[in-house]
Amino acid sequence: MLRLLWLVPAIPLVSALALAVLRLSQKAVAWLGTCSIAASSLISLLVSISFVNAPPVSGAYTQVLWRWFDVNGLRPEIALYLDPLSLIMMVVVAFVSFLIHLYSTEFMSGDDGFGRFFAYMNLFVGCMLTLILADNLLLLYLGWEGVGLCSYLLIGFWYRDPANGRAGRKAFIVTRAGDTAMVIGLFLLFHELGTLNIQDLMHRAALQWSIGSTGALAAAFLLLGGAVGKSAQLPLQTWLPDAMAGPTPVSALIHAATMVTAGVYLIARMHVIYSLAPQAQFAVAVIGAATLLMAGFSALTQHDLKRVLAYSTISQIGYMFLALGVGAWPAAIFHFMTHAFFKALLFLGAGIVIESLDGEHDIFRMGGLRKELPVAFWTFLIAGCSLAGLPLITAGAFSKDWIIWGAYSAANGSAGLWVVALGGVFLTALYTFRMIFLVFFGQKKSQVTRMPGPAMVVPCIILAFLSIAGGYVKTLFSNYLGTVLHWDSTVTHGVSFGENTSEAITSLVFLLGASLAYMLFLRRRQWAASMVSRPMGNLLHRFWLSDWGMDWLYDRIFVRPVVWMARIGKGDLVDVFYAGIGRLNEIAWRGMSRTQSGKLRWYAAAIAAGAIVLIGVVIFS
Amino acid sequence: MILGWLLAILIAGGIVAWPLARLHPLLSRSIALLAVTLDLVLVLYLAARDFGDGNTGTGWHQELDWNWIPQFGIHFHFGLDGLSLLLVLLTLFLAVVAVVVSWDDITTAVGFYHFNLLLIVAGILGVLLSLDLFLFYFSWELMLVPMYFLISIWGRERRVYAAIKFFLFTQLSGLLMLIALLALYFAHYRSTGIYTFEYQDLLGTQLSPQAAMWIMLGFLAAFAVKLPIFPFHTWLPDACSEASAATNLILASLMAVSAAYAMIRFLLPLFPDAVHTISPIMIVLAVIGILYSAILAFSQTNLMRLIAYASIGHLGFVMLGIFAGNALALRGAVMTIIAHAISIGALFLVAGSIEKRVHSREIESIGGLWDTVPRLSGVALVFALAALGLPGLGDFIGEFLILIGTYQAHIAVAAVAACGVLAATFYALRFVQCAFQGPNHHSWQLPDLAPREALILGVLMVVLLWLGLYPQPVFETLGQAANHAPALWR
Amino acid sequence: MTSIPMADGLILGGILFALGLAGLLLRRNLLLILVSIEIMLNGAGVAFVAAGSRWGQADGQVMFLFILAAAAAEVSVGLALLLTYYHRRQTLDADSVNEMRG
Repeated sequence: MLRLLWLVPAIPLVSALALAVLRLSQKAVAWLGTCSIAASSLISLLVSISFVNAPPVSGAYTQVLWRWFDVNGLRPEIALYLDPLSLIMMVVVAFVSFLIHLYSTEFMSGDDGFGRFFAYMNLFVGCMLTLILADNLLLLYLGWEGVGLCSYLLIGFWYRDPANGRAGRKAFIVTRAGDTAMVIGLFLLFHELGTLNIQDLMHRAALQWSIGSTGALAAAFLLLGGAVGKSAQLPLQTWLPDAMAGPTPVSALIHAATMVTAGVYLIARMHVIYSLAPQAQFAVAVIGAATLLMAGFSALTQHDLKRVLAYSTISQIGYMFLALGVGAWPAAIFHFMTHAFFKALLFLGAGIVIESLDGEHDIFRMGGLRKELPVAFWTFLIAGCSLAGLPLITAGAFSKDWIIWGAYSAANGSAGLWVVALGGVFLTALYTFRMIFLVFFGQKKSQVTRMPGPAMVVPCIILAFLSIAGGYVKTLFSNYLGTVLHWDSTVTHGVSFGENTSEAITSLVFLLGASLAYMLFLRRRQWAASMVSRPMGNLLHRFWLSDWGMDWLYDRIFVRPVVWMARIGKGDLVDVFYAGIGRLNEIAWRGMSRTQSGKLRWYAAAIAAGAIVLIGVVIFS
Repeated sequence: MILGWLLAILIAGGIVAWPLARLHPLLSRSIALLAVTLDLVLVLYLAARDFGDGNTGTGWHQELDWNWIPQFGIHFHFGLDGLSLLLVLLTLFLAVVAVVVSWDDITTAVGFYHFNLLLIVAGILGVLLSLDLFLFYFSWELMLVPMYFLISIWGRERRVYAAIKFFLFTQLSGLLMLIALLALYFAHYRSTGIYTFEYQDLLGTQLSPQAAMWIMLGFLAAFAVKLPIFPFHTWLPDACSEASAATNLILASLMAVSAAYAMIRFLLPLFPDAVHTISPIMIVLAVIGILYSAILAFSQTNLMRLIAYASIGHLGFVMLGIFAGNALALRGAVMTIIAHAISIGALFLVAGSIEKRVHSREIESIGGLWDTVPRLSGVALVFALAALGLPGLGDFIGEFLILIGTYQAHIAVAAVAACGVLAATFYALRFVQCAFQGPNHHSWQLPDLAPREALILGVLMVVLLWLGLYPQPVFETLGQAANHAPALWR
Repeated sequence: MTSIPMADGLILGGILFALGLAGLLLRRNLLLILVSIEIMLNGAGVAFVAAGSRWGQADGQVMFLFILAAAAAEVSVGLALLLTYYHRRQTLDADSVNEMRG
């Protein structure tokens, strides 16, 4: 059964090709596009079952498809590597992808780019699975760039609006800036360790590098560059909110559930390198902590429903980075899984809301949709509670509590990080319920024109179930993943309270945030309005709305200089030199052509003078 | 013997195709197509016969040695090894593409066009196969005049300016090479008493470091201009913005192939020490060229110019790979030459297809083509992605190997050059955005890819994908380079 | 028969040549320019003859015959051109013949 592993990424890739090349009816496209992902996720499930039932002796299964190339010691293979970590990622990605494809068949119906959409989406799933299953960093990089490409294509999917194209290009270029650091990291790893195979790398790194050695540090920081770009963490997070220009299923699949967590996966995959570079790992934690707070504040101020969710995604990935940074590896992956469920669901719900209001994105023009869209409301509420961390019931609470406890108790954890993580919980509860209250409660502001059909509702219900039930597999999860990503949960440094206390405090903070949201956005909306109208509040509001001015800053530092250079250099400055040579020749030509006056007697005189000079030279020398 | 036939078929085909156009242009076209296809088949046959069994021969797989002017030690001496086989295949493949593309693009002076086209291809093959430096120089110059005609007769408004610029740059640098060649010839005579232009004999010539440097610079001048590298590149954008798409395919892709080949075959082995001395400068020039051309490509408004600058950027990578002094990088350079020839050539063809439809090369006057020609747009997207170095397509393999090889020697250079890959994203995406996306302002209603265009571009796409996913055959063939190849091959 | 010193012959030739050159440069009439050229040729011829007699060889006189022949040919062509030109322009001004200026 394990041998079927190659089919998991291959089926979506092949069907992407078929969708791109063949001209099919919309119905055929929907069937082909969705069934390919269904087949892929089914096979991934079968493979997983057989992997779990009869794990290979080494604890991992490698399937070599063919040797990519073999040049002077660099011999990467097209090979897939299945271990508990990639298995969990694979199953979650394949399954969530299937649900979102199913949703898309209805959401995108009638769009004239229907076939193109499914081709891109299938390509994305194929690339994402390649990324996850890659056995060496070069193949991982192939998948990595592939998902980046699909992200670009799908953000700019509605290409007629230049703004969408701009958002797509921004996403591609910003993430590629991170990728450049990552690819330099690949050069470094190959130069130092002589291979790009991930397992060999980890093995050799552990042998060759001591803790805190320069090589390990440089490699860890360079790879972190790629992770930060792809996962939209500080300082490269600016592309993700703009990426919401794409169709909503794209936001759900790529910019919430799967691609943006690739950075988390990369760090988890390369965790040995990070263990060898404690400073880099601490940097991961700090980046995560800072991002989760900053994005939380930004999410508080957004008007666009999808942008709220985008900042929320950035913030939640910040949690995952925090978990990675403190060494709570399984917690990060667990949060990836629960986040994939509830965030995908939030976007799908948002898609239903936006669709039903004829493309209205502004949450202040929504309201009272609770009765009109009951399914959307209930699933959205469940996902929102999971996101905010409603204790005991929801999956999000389990994973987040785990991270928060890790931020305090894990090897690199500290009270400071724990407080930041708690602050994040408060912010999350606040903006989540702000969104829910504004959209579904209060009085109705716009007319519902379209009701979701079964293809859109069913995935929501399944995901809602998973957003609750996903939490109860925590122990199973931790035990299983422990073979790859070991987290010794015995506390090594002094702590003044235990896990249960931490969870209780977290629950309190959640309640605080939720009730503040209730006061500000349901009961007494004028309070929120008056806060914003004060000069200080207004300033902060604008600052957070613009994502802490980062876009403005990058525009000044990077975009404008490049555009300026391009404008200055358009005519090719080097050519000025050659044109100068040409000009000199022209001047000489003009001078010489003067002498060709056409006057016979002048020529004769010149000849005579020349002859005299020559005779003079001959005589007197 | 077959090597001689290769050239004879091309030249004879050209001579026959010229007058036949008076009877019917189709005759001329078919003869040209027949000649290049026949050559391609012959080379494929050679490849299958001599290279298929994976033997790692040490000599030339095919050799042909006739006296030409024995008094001066000049021979018709051709040889084929792994490196030349790959590039000959590439050249003939793209030559077939060029003939097919010209099928209905060229309507005036059809016979003379094909005569010139075949002569250029013969010249390139001569460069790729010569083992006699005089013959090499002869072939090198053989390309010039026909190319001058291709630009100046079938070009756009400023074609004469562009053609003269091209001619001056290449002719002057070619003269420098002639002087250097003669200097080498006499230096060899002085130390051995034998007059010869034979490659193998000249390899061991004793030269003082200074003499070697000057002679090397003479050769380098010709190669650097024709490749072209920064800062000798300015003829290429001008030429490309005026010439037709098929001409650009030859100009930017195939001429670069011959120049890069000449560097690897002649420059590196003949003057290893001088090359080593000058390599820091060349590496810096290469990196500057990569970044500079990316910025300039980003700012261009003429499609052909944009692609020409993109081409210069890729050739900067080739330059980097050749001078990095590293086996990985050198192999990467060969891979990049091949992938560049295909991807950039294909982009020129795409631009030509656009021009045929909207009668403009200005990016602003296109826009919104995806609405009306989705297939052409999708194909263009793929080639643009190849140009920006997307993994899975051929260009990535080459650039990755060059960078990872460069990193072994010069970390900072590799890091800066990697930013060049990022900069390539700017222009590639701008190209896609400006030409294909955005609203259809002009309300274009255009025919999508014709079968012939679809076939050509499809084949090119498949080859790029193949190079990106399974480039091993290329490296294996390359591994069968003859034993006089630089030590780096081993 | 007293021989004339070579120097005298050469001086005569030189004077003739210089006069011819002066005429060529100063005259604007094409016909007179042709005449001046004839004078220059004859100056050269005198120098040849003088040198030939100095060495007692016939070469100098042979050369003069060549010069005469060349001069005759030149004058015939020159006069023909001149006549054509005169028919066209109704003038023989040398300075007006400047259509070949650069």
